[in-house]
Amino acid sequence: MSEVVSKEDEVLAKLDAFAELPDTPPKRKLKLSWVGKLASLVVIFWLVIIVIGPSIAPHHEMDMDGDDSFMVAHDNEYGSFYLGTDHLGRDTLSRLLYGARNTIGIALLATLLAYSMGITLGILAAVKGGWIDMVISRINDAILALPSIMLGLIVIAALGSSVPILIGLAGVIYATSVFRIARALAQDIMVQDFVEAAHARGERIWWIIRSEVLPNAMMPLATDFGLRLVFVVLFISSLSFLGLGIQPPASDWGSMVRENLAGLSGGIDLAGNIITSYAAIWPAMAIASFTIAINLIVDDISAKSGGSLAKKMI
Amino acid sequence: MMMRMVFQRLGIGIVTLFVVSVIVFLITSILPGDVAQIILGQSATPDTLAALRAELGMDQPGYVRYFSWLGNMVTGDLGISKAGGATISSLIDSRIWNTLMMAGLVSLISIPISITLGLWAAMHPGTRLDRIVTFGTLSTISVPEFFISTVMVLIFAVKLKWLPATLYLSGDESWLELLKAMAMPLITLVIVVSAQMIRMTRAGILNVMSAPYIEMAILKGVPRKRIILRHALYNAFGPIVNVIALNLAYLVSGVVIVETIFSYPGLAKLMIDGVQTRDLPLVQACAMIFCGVYVVLILLADIASILSNPRLRHPK
Repeated sequence: MSEVVSKEDEVLAKLDAFAELPDTPPKRKLKLSWVGKLASLVVIFWLVIIVIGPSIAPHHEMDMDGDDSFMVAHDNEYGSFYLGTDHLGRDTLSRLLYGARNTIGIALLATLLAYSMGITLGILAAVKGGWIDMVISRINDAILALPSIMLGLIVIAALGSSVPILIGLAGVIYATSVFRIARALAQDIMVQDFVEAAHARGERIWWIIRSEVLPNAMMPLATDFGLRLVFVVLFISSLSFLGLGIQPPASDWGSMVRENLAGLSGGIDLAGNIITSYAAIWPAMAIASFTIAINLIVDDISAKSGGSLAKKMI
Repeated sequence: MMMRMVFQRLGIGIVTLFVVSVIVFLITSILPGDVAQIILGQSATPDTLAALRAELGMDQPGYVRYFSWLGNMVTGDLGISKAGGATISSLIDSRIWNTLMMAGLVSLISIPISITLGLWAAMHPGTRLDRIVTFGTLSTISVPEFFISTVMVLIFAVKLKWLPATLYLSGDESWLELLKAMAMPLITLVIVVSAQMIRMTRAGILNVMSAPYIEMAILKGVPRKRIILRHALYNAFGPIVNVIALNLAYLVSGVVIVETIFSYPGLAKLMIDGVQTRDLPLVQACAMIFCGVYVVLILLADIASILSNPRLRHPK
């Protein structure tokens, strides 16, 4: 009995020795600079707000409880208005908290849609090749030939604007760039030795995609996800800003900026004097903080994985 | 050989324009959302619907409508706007020069600024000023255009009261008044477009800087300034021209937001109004103009990089 145990120990010890070999790939460690850490905190903050925003908001997003429109911070019988009121006398803070869900939430859904479409079609095109690749790639090129905002405007002119249309629209438009990256990555991986080995030992194509292609394409695609999310947030909030995205009275950061622009020179303080209302500035700041933070994180990650002699010497 | 490649690109460009026209037409005509239904709205009866469809030529098969639409568009007959009934060509004619003037001025200002700053940042990577430029441009490209416009309005129109927040052009202003009226949209667009160009110029130069011959130059002790101006700049020229063309194409989307926020009477504002009233012929015409310009600029970028890079002239 004891002999068996010692043999097992021996095998385990050998396995440990394998792990120590110098050519095993080092474990990925994600180390961020202090800028990156700060940026992650901002992103996490907004993600938490998406979940709990409506429940911690002091007012409902559509309640017109404030004393006046474009009023500075004040209290009344309905509660406190910490950031003042908007053009209809609604609480700016509550609309910001509710708006996170619409602005970031819808963008997240659209980006996820873009990713599932882009990766599926990209890998399909790379693995199958031939006419399938040809057809998908040409359609993709055709969509890429139009500026995304133009494509958005044409579709909205034809179909009108609603949340499902916005998600589908942004999903399709940004799937094109995901498709290009996924296809290029998959094509690179498909000619690697380990894939040929898998082919040779008779693995099915589905197994190869799942166990060889996807894990190897994951890291670059994950970094790209952040950038793509920023583009989608900018795209949807720009449409909302133009009055063609998320429709009122739902709160959304893009339309909040447009609605409250007049307040920049038409706010009212507690004594009734005309001052600047910041109701348009807060949502603009919210979008900026989210998108800049994501870009800083992505920048930080890609700065860590690079570097060349010239860069260090100059 | 070189001319053949240029002509080949021109051919691809024409095919792309054709495809773009098909997409624009498909989305606006074939998707659900009946134009006749939209025009008539509540007053639609089956008879009036059928009559209007026949009048609009909608009872004909799709490809017939497409080719007559394309034919009209090429000959300059853009149709009649749904709102007001003016011809679309007259509407566009009164607006397009405003947009072109804006785009021209933006390019004149932003190209020299971007190349200088981009080069300068690439010459001193890692210094504090480089970090400021990098962080500033990264922040600029990651915020929406309307964020920058809003902050501009807050600073220059509301706080300092130097410039008007919205502009009303009557057409008989003096040059100085016109310039003052255009200043804010102009500055916003310059900031947005330059940020992209600075980043790409810097990245282009730094990319060339990691080439073996630059390493060679470093090792033999050529001064840094000379390496950049003599070795790197010439080889980065192709990518930089490419960047300029791509970013002028980026103006297409920037202009949409900026014209709307400052109510600048340009083509993009006309198009947004068309989208809001669902004036499909107007949207089609404006979209074709914008997409056409976009395709042509990207084509120019392509040709410029072929002309400037000998290696691209002889593909393997």
